[in-house]
Amino acid sequence: MSDETQESLITDEMRASIGRESEPTTLEVDKTSVRMFARSVGYTDPVYYDEAAAQAAGYRSLPAPPGYLGTPVFDPNRRSARPQQMLEPSRPLKRVLNGGTDIEYLADICAGDVLTSVSATSSIEERQGRLGEMLITTTKTTYRNQDGEVVAIMTGTGIRY
Amino acid sequence: MGSSWDEVQEGMEIPTLEKNCSTQQLVHWAAGSGDFYQIHYDHNFAEATGLPNIIVHGALKHAFLGQLLHDWVGNEGTVKRVGCSYRGMDFPDQDIHCKGVVTRKYEENGEKLVDLEIWTENPDGQRTSPGSATVRLP
Repeated sequence: MSDETQESLITDEMRASIGRESEPTTLEVDKTSVRMFARSVGYTDPVYYDEAAAQAAGYRSLPAPPGYLGTPVFDPNRRSARPQQMLEPSRPLKRVLNGGTDIEYLADICAGDVLTSVSATSSIEERQGRLGEMLITTTKTTYRNQDGEVVAIMTGTGIRY
Repeated sequence: MGSSWDEVQEGMEIPTLEKNCSTQQLVHWAAGSGDFYQIHYDHNFAEATGLPNIIVHGALKHAFLGQLLHDWVGNEGTVKRVGCSYRGMDFPDQDIHCKGVVTRKYEENGEKLVDLEIWTENPDGQRTSPGSATVRLP
């Protein structure tokens, strides 16, 4: 291993993971989960709670509020499918912060939809910040519905320090 | 009801959405979003990681900005993109002012669109989640 590699937090394994697609994750959108999400944000618009109001507004069922992209189907025997983010840097970093979220919506997402998401790391950078040594990972996740239509693209920024 | 594209002018501010999270709301959000990281509801855990208090989830502030836009465009319009960075921490029982200003009004592929600068602001006037968005208006 060269000195340069030792100095960088980013390992060859991490570099090689850039652009590699994750295993797909299945996410369900249902009426209860839409209501829970809308309530937790504080929405008062009835379209997120009352199916008749949602249909009167032109939706198939309760629409997913901005920020809600379904709930991953939980399986106690399967670990979360996010291996890229779990790769260890060359020196241990203990803490994690969410650096930012950007979501582009390409079609309505409504209760009853079953989404499939696939993620890939788009970049890994290291920086010296006020938190010390930081590793900044940008991940792009594409969500498709049951008809194969891309409904949303999320770009997330994760910070480890 | 929501706004109409014809009434929108570049530079105009949209109605502020006022938030102030109780710890109970953060627990609701943990369940609603599936983010159970303990720094958002366990004070001892948050302190042990060096934080002064439990902190509001970044994604909840992103969702607040989504609500700011949804409440403005109504169900005749669509929120097409919402993005923000988490630059500063917000704490429970403190005001979070969610704001937006129209930066561009244009038509593209037959849609009447508006770009906005959006942000959350803490009680000291600091922008803790600056970002941008695009909405379609009727």
